[in-house]
Amino acid sequence: MSNAAREEIFNRIRAAGHIDAPAIPRDYRVGSSTSRDEIVAEMEQALIDYTATVTHATPATLPEAIASALADKQTVVVPPGLPSEWLAAIAAGGRQVREDDPPLSKDVLDKTEAVVTGARAAVSLSGTIMLDGSPDQGRRAITLLPDCHVIVLHASSIYATVPEAVRLLGKHPERPTTWIAGPSATSDIELVRVDGVHGPRTLRVIIVDDAS
Amino acid sequence: MECSGNNHEGRRVMIDSIEKLADKLNLNPAAWQETSVEENELGWAPGHPIPEDPLRWGDSFPEGAKKTLQNTQMRRNLGYATTKIRTKRNTRVEEMPDWEELREAASNIKRNVAAHQVELLEQFEENVAARGGIVHWARDGAEANKIAYEIVASKGVDEVVKVKSMATQEINFNEYLGARGIQAWETDLAEMIVQLSDDMPSHIVVPAIHRNRAEVKAIFEARMGDAPEGMGNEPRELAMAARAHLRKKFLSAKVAISGANLGVADSGTLSVFESEGNGRMCLTLPDTLITVMGIEKIVPSYDDIEVFSQLLPRSATGERMNPYTSFWTGVTPDDGPQEFHLILLDNGRTNVLADPVGREALKCIRCGACMNICPVYQHVGGHAYNSVYPGPIGAILTPQLIGAFDHHDPAASLPFASSLCGACYDACPVKIDIPTILVHLRHRYTEANRGGIPSGWDIGMKASSKVMSSGELMDTAGKAMPAGNFVAGPDHKIGHIPLPVVKNWTFVRDVPAPPRQNFRSWWKEREAAGEPSAQAAPASSVGPATERTTSTEGQAQ
Repeated sequence: MSNAAREEIFNRIRAAGHIDAPAIPRDYRVGSSTSRDEIVAEMEQALIDYTATVTHATPATLPEAIASALADKQTVVVPPGLPSEWLAAIAAGGRQVREDDPPLSKDVLDKTEAVVTGARAAVSLSGTIMLDGSPDQGRRAITLLPDCHVIVLHASSIYATVPEAVRLLGKHPERPTTWIAGPSATSDIELVRVDGVHGPRTLRVIIVDDAS
Repeated sequence: MECSGNNHEGRRVMIDSIEKLADKLNLNPAAWQETSVEENELGWAPGHPIPEDPLRWGDSFPEGAKKTLQNTQMRRNLGYATTKIRTKRNTRVEEMPDWEELREAASNIKRNVAAHQVELLEQFEENVAARGGIVHWARDGAEANKIAYEIVASKGVDEVVKVKSMATQEINFNEYLGARGIQAWETDLAEMIVQLSDDMPSHIVVPAIHRNRAEVKAIFEARMGDAPEGMGNEPRELAMAARAHLRKKFLSAKVAISGANLGVADSGTLSVFESEGNGRMCLTLPDTLITVMGIEKIVPSYDDIEVFSQLLPRSATGERMNPYTSFWTGVTPDDGPQEFHLILLDNGRTNVLADPVGREALKCIRCGACMNICPVYQHVGGHAYNSVYPGPIGAILTPQLIGAFDHHDPAASLPFASSLCGACYDACPVKIDIPTILVHLRHRYTEANRGGIPSGWDIGMKASSKVMSSGELMDTAGKAMPAGNFVAGPDHKIGHIPLPVVKNWTFVRDVPAPPRQNFRSWWKEREAAGEPSAQAAPASSVGPATERTTSTEGQAQ
């Protein structure tokens, strides 16, 4: 039955006859000559525009930055692949750490205050952070149900333009990928932006200055 | 105050004529009263009832516009919202030095999709299936609804959660499931407002754009069931009420329904662009996901995401990027729904593809920029278009999808719902030349309605072609001009003429009086007098017109 539908749709398409396929000019920007510092500054500003909180750290001060980003949280979920120094910082001060291995139930995730993850890539032009389910980012559900998302973003993974990041993600298109540009938001009532609807209402980004 | 009988009579005639005029404009005070009684009881202006066919609600555009123009609250809401969204969009587009290059790339990517539609669909299907997705094909809405219903029913659930989707809106998906005992919950805030108020969307991105905060509050209080006590009308409070209301549903839902913003042929990846996180909830938490996608939503390669992900958010909501964008490919073990169905929908898209001019409408990425900028949309609102696709894109998409060209079909009026100002073409991120397609569809309409009983237009055109093709007849006709001048009177204007065809024009416009003398007789006189100078040019009753033609500056392009 569904094959009949498929065939009929294909026949209707073929009935339209020959359609020219023009060349696709791709003259838009790919990459930029701006310095690493400028890219990081642009990323920070774009995130602030989205009402995310941005802090900076060096590899040495990162544990401290993670601990202070979680200062008001008691329960934290983590993906299975976080570096051990991060885990120690998350657990500091008696915080309860819930590792998503084996996968936690929806109810447990819903009752957990925060989640800490890394990121696969980011784009400064649009203030977007991309997660692709790598071990330091985990399943999609863990970054969705807790109300506060702390992202550790290495400066070296921030690209100036969208195409650079898409081409990196395109190496593994099969991975479930989530692009995040600020906390969840709506503008559905009188076009007034309200931050925080169904996804995490708080987004805290720690930019780690690891670029040489 | 005294009142002579004659005055009294005069006033009665005046009131009569005002009432007649009001009737003509569909502004009957009795009808107003009815509407406002209903509005007082509800606490919000009643919306548009859910139609049998979401692409053809029953009224023609002029009929629909007459109704919506009575709703001043809606017009105020719309004017405010469209102005705001336009300003935001302009800011975000101006900061992109390569905007035109992105538009050009997007336009040509989409033309390639049309050129290779079958091959791309085959490749896409193969890749989705290779990653564990189950692909279905639906020739029309009824077939898509049936496929989805059977999947939902096999799960033994009586409710599903939904991501905002135009494809399911277009096929009355919720009503189909509802009639079979399954409640489909809209989880996008605006769609929820529309659903709770038994209304139809009036915009493809911001479906409740015709509502203000006070109306939303009234709708939530009356229909949500668990609106918090003492809820105010601040957008934040209303959004938080929606969050609390839907949270339980997200956590318990077994089946989710979504549309797709794009489907990547070379990887089988699908994508949803959203803001609130309701999309992520639906795409991630339930066990089963059913996605309904129009066949034109394909892009050839994963890299094409780099073009559309830059154009769509800036055009749609005026943001650099929308808060959440999800990409998934088939099924991923331990992450998200473990059963994934994709329903590929035609529902008239191949009709559009068959028209070499009209097929450009298939490039549309549903950003809504054309309606936000359209002066017609801004005044009449989305419901006037009597289709889930309103505005300029709706005016070219709806009639093509359903093949509405016969003058009995209300949707055939849509290509005329435009002043052809061209603002929509400039705003379109995929460069759909909407004005050209509108003119093309008007032509198709005219061609489709030839023959049969000749209309007033046909007779008028035939008569004038006879007159204009004969010098003698033209001369005789010219002699009638002074009569027109006499009719016009001292203000040199001819008002309403109650004749067929002519009345449509003169009802709202004055016609300038013709000149006292026609060109032929002026020429004869001039020849007879042997005067070569131009000073005896015929006096025009509309005043000095000669200077006007010299300036070409400042013309709208």
